[in-house]
Amino acid sequence: MNDARIPGAFLRPGTSSFSDFLAENAPDLLPARRSLPAGSAAEIAPHGTTIVAVTFPGGLVMAGDRRATMGNVIAQRDIQKVFPADEYSVVGIAGTAGLAVEMVRLFQVELEHYEKIEGSILSLDGKANRLSALIRANLGMAMQGLAVVPMFAGYDLDSGTGRIFGYDVTGGRHEEASFFTVGSGSLFARGALKKLYRDDLSPDDAVRVCLQALYDAADDDSATGGPDLTRRIFPIVWVVTADGAVQLADAAIGSLADQVVGARMDRPDGPLAALPGAGQEA
Amino acid sequence: MSTPFYVSPEQLMKDRADFARKGIARGRSLAAVQYADGVLLVTENPSQALHKVSELYDRLAFAAVGRYNEFENLRIAGVRLADMRGYAYDRRDVTGRGLANAYAQTLGTIFSSGGEKPYEVEIFVAEVGATAADDQIYRLTYEGRVADEHGFAVMGGDSETVTSYLTSNYAAGASLSEALGVAVAALGHTGEGDRVIPVEDLEVAVLDRTRTQPRKFSRLRPARVAELLGPRGKPEHAAPLPDDGAPGAGATTSSTDDPSDPTDQVSGHVAPLENPTNGEPSSGEPPVAPPL
Repeated sequence: MNDARIPGAFLRPGTSSFSDFLAENAPDLLPARRSLPAGSAAEIAPHGTTIVAVTFPGGLVMAGDRRATMGNVIAQRDIQKVFPADEYSVVGIAGTAGLAVEMVRLFQVELEHYEKIEGSILSLDGKANRLSALIRANLGMAMQGLAVVPMFAGYDLDSGTGRIFGYDVTGGRHEEASFFTVGSGSLFARGALKKLYRDDLSPDDAVRVCLQALYDAADDDSATGGPDLTRRIFPIVWVVTADGAVQLADAAIGSLADQVVGARMDRPDGPLAALPGAGQEA
Repeated sequence: MSTPFYVSPEQLMKDRADFARKGIARGRSLAAVQYADGVLLVTENPSQALHKVSELYDRLAFAAVGRYNEFENLRIAGVRLADMRGYAYDRRDVTGRGLANAYAQTLGTIFSSGGEKPYEVEIFVAEVGATAADDQIYRLTYEGRVADEHGFAVMGGDSETVTSYLTSNYAAGASLSEALGVAVAALGHTGEGDRVIPVEDLEVAVLDRTRTQPRKFSRLRPARVAELLGPRGKPEHAAPLPDDGAPGAGATTSSTDDPSDPTDQVSGHVAPLENPTNGEPSSGEPPVAPPL
């Protein structure tokens, strides 16, 4: 019999998950299904670094620097590390760049596939849990130095707020209420965010806060790139609100970055935070 | 071994085609119409949950008439094929032609294999390109034929009447509201007269090349459809279809014992395994075909 028809596995009802479907029918396409020789591979693959995210009333901002490093070498100056996951969410990646970008691609298809098959969008928690599963599948590679640690954030259509989720290499996820950072420069960025964040930020001010935090990360972490004024390479910034996720245009970020750098000419350590009780006797 | 009666291949195929055609004609018509910014897909479908038109991929939409369970399987297979190809290669490598071929092979194989019931479905795979000249509508029939349609295409229900209305009223390069007006009027047109289909009974989707997102498919909500259609006459729901309405009533039982009817549920005084016509108890041997 002439069997040129679509294979039975495609026609069988069942899973709405694209990664489950791949695992059954084309496991070689999954990023985490590759076996590695023993030993650490951390030194041979470019690593992406710092991502920051900040919520504001009615949405959130996620921003990432543009540098990928391989040991002491700058592997790429203009890498993209913040991606749209679907219409209402974004994902930022830190860790092994090649694997992380592939994981994001799989995650994007996973969300879109569910939406098309089921005819409805996954809840924000559902999306966050699917990403957990993808990270967990990568644990073997993470233990050989090829870890991927993403950050996921989106607009929750049910509660009308922006929400941020952080992950660890085992796929454990935790929700962050106001701001979060990942990557090698994350400690410095988090310190800056602690002093700059307030819960009534406007969307534009939230973008300014993110750029300040990335500047501080680049200031103290060699693997994080600052604004590249000569080549006009600036952080990638996504703003997510009820209207969906939008990437800010290069020109808009360029002028904001110029403001940040201009202010640092006068005060290299950045904006001064108010100090309660300053000047009073202890 | 039993000896089957001889049936000529022509007759066999004709019977199967008649069977599939009848199933498809039972439903309501679906129209695909090209307009200035893409392709419009319209059908009368009172259900808000069971879609006949849906998204396949960035530039591709799927529309079907006929048996829901059969075309739903084909739709899911199409989404999986498209997503897998787009993931393994690139999003631009997913084309309407590739999917139309896969559907054609599947429907053709099922139609010509003796052991399976032919699918009672007809499918459109619509693709929107960068310009109106690049738009495509592929029509796939129950026996796996593929046709490349231009301007507009109609399938299911009384498709000839709808097609003839569109032939005399369709204008190329129309705006969305003009194209929608013509398509909805065509679906409401019958030999006996014209009917205004209520907005909530319409399922409308477009592949709109002017959308900024990579995914060009968009469903139009009833409010938007009403706004596009503007004022119309008094809406009228369609008369129920033969298989609309009450769920299956199940087998009816007759209280009389009819020996010639092997499905009656009253057995009278005879044991179940008897010859249904003469009432003789069976000998225990399996029945054999009479010698030729």
